[in-house]
Amino acid sequence: MTELAESHTTADRGYLTEKGFRSWAYTLDHKRIGVMYLFTTLLFFFVGGMFAMLLRLKLMTPGPGLISDHTYNVFFTLHGALMIFLFIIPAIPSALGNFFIPIMIGARDVAFPRLNIISYWIFVAGIIVTLASLSSPMDTGWTFYTPYSARTGAAVTTLSLGLFLVGMSSILTGINFIVTIHRLRAPGMTWNRLPLFIWGMYATSIIQVLATPVIGITFLLLAAERLFGIGFFDPAKGGDPLLFQHFFWFYSHPVVYVMILPAMGIISEVIPVFSRKPIFGYRAIASSSLAIAFIGFLVWGHHMFVSGMSSTASVIFSFLTFFVAVPTGIKVFNWIATMYRGSITFESPMLYALTFIFLFIAGGLTGPFLGALGTNVQLHDTYFVVAHFHYTMMGGTVMGFFAGLHYWFPKMSGRMASERLARVAWWFIFIGFNVTFFTMFILGLKGMPRRWAEYPPQYQDLHIVSTVGSWVLAIGVFIMFWNFAYNLFRGRPAPANPWRGLTLEWQTSSPPQTENFAEIPVVTDWPYGYGKKDDKGSRSKE
Amino acid sequence: MTETKHTTEQQGAALETAKLGIWAFLATEVLLFGGLFTAYTVLRVGDPQMFHTEYLKLNRLFGAINTVVLITSSLTVALGIAAIREGKTGTLKRCLLLTILLAAAFLGIKYAEYAEHFARGELPRTNNFFSLYYMMTGLHAIHVFAGMAALATMLVMAGRGKFSAEEHTPVEITGLYWHFVDLVWIYLFPLLYLIG
Ligand code: HEM
Ligand SMILES: [Cu+2]
Repeated sequence: MTELAESHTTADRGYLTEKGFRSWAYTLDHKRIGVMYLFTTLLFFFVGGMFAMLLRLKLMTPGPGLISDHTYNVFFTLHGALMIFLFIIPAIPSALGNFFIPIMIGARDVAFPRLNIISYWIFVAGIIVTLASLSSPMDTGWTFYTPYSARTGAAVTTLSLGLFLVGMSSILTGINFIVTIHRLRAPGMTWNRLPLFIWGMYATSIIQVLATPVIGITFLLLAAERLFGIGFFDPAKGGDPLLFQHFFWFYSHPVVYVMILPAMGIISEVIPVFSRKPIFGYRAIASSSLAIAFIGFLVWGHHMFVSGMSSTASVIFSFLTFFVAVPTGIKVFNWIATMYRGSITFESPMLYALTFIFLFIAGGLTGPFLGALGTNVQLHDTYFVVAHFHYTMMGGTVMGFFAGLHYWFPKMSGRMASERLARVAWWFIFIGFNVTFFTMFILGLKGMPRRWAEYPPQYQDLHIVSTVGSWVLAIGVFIMFWNFAYNLFRGRPAPANPWRGLTLEWQTSSPPQTENFAEIPVVTDWPYGYGKKDDKGSRSKE
Repeated sequence: MTETKHTTEQQGAALETAKLGIWAFLATEVLLFGGLFTAYTVLRVGDPQMFHTEYLKLNRLFGAINTVVLITSSLTVALGIAAIREGKTGTLKRCLLLTILLAAAFLGIKYAEYAEHFARGELPRTNNFFSLYYMMTGLHAIHVFAGMAALATMLVMAGRGKFSAEEHTPVEITGLYWHFVDLVWIYLFPLLYLIG
């Protein structure tokens, strides 16, 4: 390994030195692949966001207004499906995971670099097929429940096949990460010294590998149902519509942890760095990720309380659901304990990390209302649900993602973003978010159903408030990405370790050189030893 | 990127890494088929009588022959791997070719079977039993086909002298995949053809 390293000279723009389309399209470098995923998923964040703005605009008036009911159905389906399948599920794992997993464990690349680039192109192929379905867009909601989805004239088959490909890409990436984490850790990087982001990604990969095939077969069955007229899910043909829902939620519940665990991993990195304290309860945080992954597989039925499942099954699912709260609570407790008496500074990554904790708790605390049998029946399919999942998904995962972007922007781009602009953006996002979505809790409690294009006029005032909130939020997001885009070219050059972190990615240049390290580091301590020794952020190499 | 000399130790590590990868992949395959097995269970419980009368229409002889064909092909792959571990490229090539032919025979028989059912009007949409039959055997056949493609790639690589006693990780991985494809059939055959 050492001979290899010595022949290597660090060019000033690191892995970004080489230019041209081909040098990206055929690259085997996990960093470049991560960057490509980042741009691809962000594109769909913006497209999905556009649909969100249109939905909110439409909902300002109770009547038919701007767009027809059918168009509204199409819009919320596209908004949901794009956000879920093309943004929030792949964004952190495929983009930031690809970029940082090898570096943070001290490896030169992932275990299967060729498979990595193939997964990316499968992902793109999946997107293209998915977009082809826009010829007659989906109106089923992102859950495409049968029997409606088996009969509607929309291009469900095409979309199913597109998402099958997206899922395949996600499986291959998951396998690549698992093997990388098992096999390529640097000398001294024991499981007990693994950064918590890696633990989060490890648990995530396990879920991806075990849950995604089930949605894959579901999509295939749905496609076959439409293509060959078979009737697995159609009661008229002796099929069972509940079977579809079981399949769907067996995947889709664990997948909410694919969305949240990587974000939690980021938070676990950011909190100790900006509190300058050793992380509290390292083992508990690491093992709770695995626990969440495991329990996550047992609770899917809580989405089906009103679907006509047996009541025994409902009670069991309801009971198990409360269990997921335990490992989640452990994490939140440990983050707060880490901050306690730390010397906290509020740079942008920390601001977003704290926002994550705050909004995620709000989302989390409203979960039990939905998890409990009695209130679920009352709140099912109202705006309460819409508020709940936006608080957890957007307030949680997306804020975690933003924290990660601010934290790692200097490392990825080699430039510093503007802290001042980041703060301005944060204010807009924080206020806009709460105005938009807190209003939806109230709407839900007042009985406003979800997925309705038209609604009784007494809800209009709150809808107007929510829509105005969405504009503030959008301005914030715009400022944030302006900050990144501008400083990608104009920002002042970033030092190797701007936040004085102790994990390995800060031990290499910004941006990292092609093979990550001049010399594979030897790890002698865990990465959270702040305050004890060596607080300058440099790790002794032996 | 710089080409480094492979030491035996590195080769061993590469094989371990690749094996971990293929095992994880096979776990996903198990879950993919698992969905169909679940569907089979649920739908059968819903209408046991229909499943009973329909299963009698399957051609047990074709099924049995195909089982023998696939088990034999598992053996030929295993022999090929044993050979290359000792550096015998010639034997490896013969074994790979034999395996590919057996896989082709399997698909040929499957085709005859499908043709027979189609002629009798037993289509995927006929009823849930036949839907399942076509989905399960069809998905399996796709896997057989993919396996054939992988085996053919190995044959070409072997022809170009890419493998030796020290360096043959891809062959081992392909072999594992092929065993998995056989294994799925070992479950499908009794489930569809033998259990009334
Ligand atoms: C810019 C901020 C956003 C706004 C203003 C917004 C607004 C909305 C609205 C109005 C609906 C439709 C409610 C209904 O009629 O039932 C909706 C649904 C949904 N949103 Fe968002 N959203 C935003 C961001 C996100 C993000 C970031 C995600 C995911 C990561 C997301 C995921 C979903 C999902 C899954 C649905 C459900 C779609 C369905 O019912 O099939 N949203 N959102
Ligand atoms: Cu759930």
